[in-house]
Amino acid sequence: MNLYAVRAIYHFEMARAWRTLMQSIVSPVLSTSLYFVVFGAAIGTRITEIDGVGYGAFIVPGLIMLSLLTQSISNASFGIYFPRFTGTIYELLSAPVSPPEIVLGYVGAAATKSVILGLIILATAGLFVPLRIEHPVWMLAFLVLTAFTFSLLGFIIGIWADGFEKLQVIPLLVITPLTFLGGTFYSVNMLPPFWQAISMFNPVVYLVSGFRWSFYEIADVDVALSVAATLGFLLLCLASVWWIFRTGYRLKA
Amino acid sequence: MTPVIAVSNLSKTYATGFQALKRINLEIRRGEIFALLGPNGAGKTTLISIVCGIVNPSEGEVLVDGRDIAAHYRTVRSMIGLVPQELTTDAFESVWATTSFSRGLFGRPPNAAHIEKILRALSLWEKKDDRVMTLSGGMKRRLLIAKALSHEPQILFLDEPTAGVDVELRKDMWNIVRALRDSGVTIILTTHYIEEAEEMADRVGVIAKGELLLVEGKEALMRKLGRKQLTLQLRERLAEVPAALAKYRLELNAEGSAVVYTYDTQAERTGITALLDDMGAAGIGFIDLHTDQSSLEDIFVDLVRTTR
Ligand SMILES: Nc1ncnc2c1ncn2[C@@H]1O[C@H](COP(=O)(O)OP(=O)(O)O)[C@@H](O)[C@H]1O
Ligand SMILES: [Mg+2]
Repeated sequence: MNLYAVRAIYHFEMARAWRTLMQSIVSPVLSTSLYFVVFGAAIGTRITEIDGVGYGAFIVPGLIMLSLLTQSISNASFGIYFPRFTGTIYELLSAPVSPPEIVLGYVGAAATKSVILGLIILATAGLFVPLRIEHPVWMLAFLVLTAFTFSLLGFIIGIWADGFEKLQVIPLLVITPLTFLGGTFYSVNMLPPFWQAISMFNPVVYLVSGFRWSFYEIADVDVALSVAATLGFLLLCLASVWWIFRTGYRLKA
Repeated sequence: MTPVIAVSNLSKTYATGFQALKRINLEIRRGEIFALLGPNGAGKTTLISIVCGIVNPSEGEVLVDGRDIAAHYRTVRSMIGLVPQELTTDAFESVWATTSFSRGLFGRPPNAAHIEKILRALSLWEKKDDRVMTLSGGMKRRLLIAKALSHEPQILFLDEPTAGVDVELRKDMWNIVRALRDSGVTIILTTHYIEEAEEMADRVGVIAKGELLLVEGKEALMRKLGRKQLTLQLRERLAEVPAALAKYRLELNAEGSAVVYTYDTQAERTGITALLDDMGAAGIGFIDLHTDQSSLEDIFVDLVRTTR
C-alpha cells in the first residue's frame, strides 16, 4: 500500500478546501440559517410539530442531508475533474498508485469535508432550535457512510463529465429535486397515499428517514431499510468505480 | 547488461482507429541519453505515455529493468520520472507544495533536504513559496522537471523539453540534462529539433508515422548515413558541366565558378579519384576544395522521404 500517495492526495485536496474556506464553510452556514428563517419561522407557525417533534427541529436532519449530498458530489467531482481538465492527471496516472489508493485519497478527502460540513450545519441548527440526538453513533454512521457514498458518486461524475457544466447537472437536476421531494421538509406520511407510494421509489427518502430516526426515533420507513439502502448504494458506487479503473474509462487512451 | 527499458512489438491503435505506433522494438541502455527524434505526430508522446502507464498499449510488451510495466507497475513506476510535453501544472499550489506532493505520490517519505536540493539545482529555490501560476513559462518547465525528480527516479523521460524555449534556456536545459546523466540517470528525450539530438544524445532513434526507422549511436548514424559534399573552386568559369563528367551529377553554381559533388561515405568507393582524373582529362583545373558533412537534418529528411 502506497500510504504516502494516499496522504499526498488527501492533503492536496484538503488544502484546496482551506484555500476556499469562505465557499466551503461560510456559504452552507449562511444557507442553513436562511432555511431556518424561511422554513422554520414562516412554515413553522403553521405546522407546529410533526410526530411530536417541533417543525424547526424536524427539518434539521433533512437539511444536513441536503448539504451532505450536494456538497459531497460537487467536492469529489471537482477534485478529480479539475486535473483531467488541466492535464495534471498525467502525474496520477504515471504514479505507482493503485485505484483503491486514488479513491481513498480523493473520496476520503471529499467525504471528510462533507462530514465536517454536516457537523457545522448541525451546530448552526443548534443555535436556532433545541436538538436531541437519540442515537449519536448511528447518526455519525449515517453521516459518514452517506458522505463517502455520495463522494464516490461525485468521483464517478467527475470522471464521466467532459465539461464543467456537466459537473452541475446531476446535483442540480437529480439530487436536489430528489432531496426536496424526499421528506426533507415534511414527513412522507403527510402525503396523499398515491404520492406516498411514489416517494418509496425515491432513494433519498430512505437516507433522510434513517438519519432522522437517529435523531428523534421517528421514521418514514423501517430503519433496517434505510441502512440497507445506504449500504446498497455504497456497493453500487464501489462497483462502478472498480469498473472505471478496470477499463481505463475516460482516464486512459 | 540488461537494457533498462526493452520495448518489443509495441503497437498502439487509438479508439479513433488511428494507428499511432507500429510494432516498435527498442532497447534503452542504462545511463545513456537517448533521443527519440521525429516530426510532429510521429508517435513519440504515445510511446513515452505507454511506458509511463498513461496510455494502454494495444499490443506488445514493455519491460523496465526486466519487469513488465503492467504486472510490476509499482516497482517500475517508482523508478521513472516524466516531464510532459505540455506545461501542465497546478495553479494555486506553491512550488514547494506541488513538488512535495509529487514525491509523496510516488511513494517516497517526505525529505525536505532533497526537495531543497532539487529546487536549488533548477534555480527555483527563491520561488518556493510562490504560487505556480505566477511562474514564467521557463520556470514552469523547470518546475515540471523538479516534480519529476522529486522521487529520485533512475529513468527520466523528457517530452520535447525545449519546444518553445528560447536559446538561452535551451542551453540551460541541456546542461541540466547532462548533469543528470552524470549522476547516473538514464534519460530519454523526444525532440523534433535535430540539433538537439545531435547536441545531447548518445544514441538516436528516428521515428516517423509510428515506425521506428532506425536506432544508431549518434556518430555511427552520421557516418552511416552521412553524405558528404565536395566543393571544387574552378580555375576558370564554366558555362555548363561537360558531357564527359555527366555521370558524376555535378552541380554547377550560378556564377559557374564552382562545382559540388555529392558522395556517400558508406559507398565502397567515393568516386573522388576518378572525378579528379576525369576533370584533369577534360582540362578543368581547380584552385581550392572543401568538404561538408551532412547534418542529421539532411539524414532525417532522406530517411523520412524513403519511407514514404
Ligand atoms: N488520444 C488520442 N486519440 C486519437 N489519436 C491520437 C491520440 N493521441 C494522439 N493521437 C494521434 O497519434 C499520432 C501520434 O501522436 P503523438 O504520439 O502525440 O506524436 P508526437 O509526440 O510524435 O508528436 C498523432 O497523429 C495524433 O493525432
Ligand atoms: Mg509529442
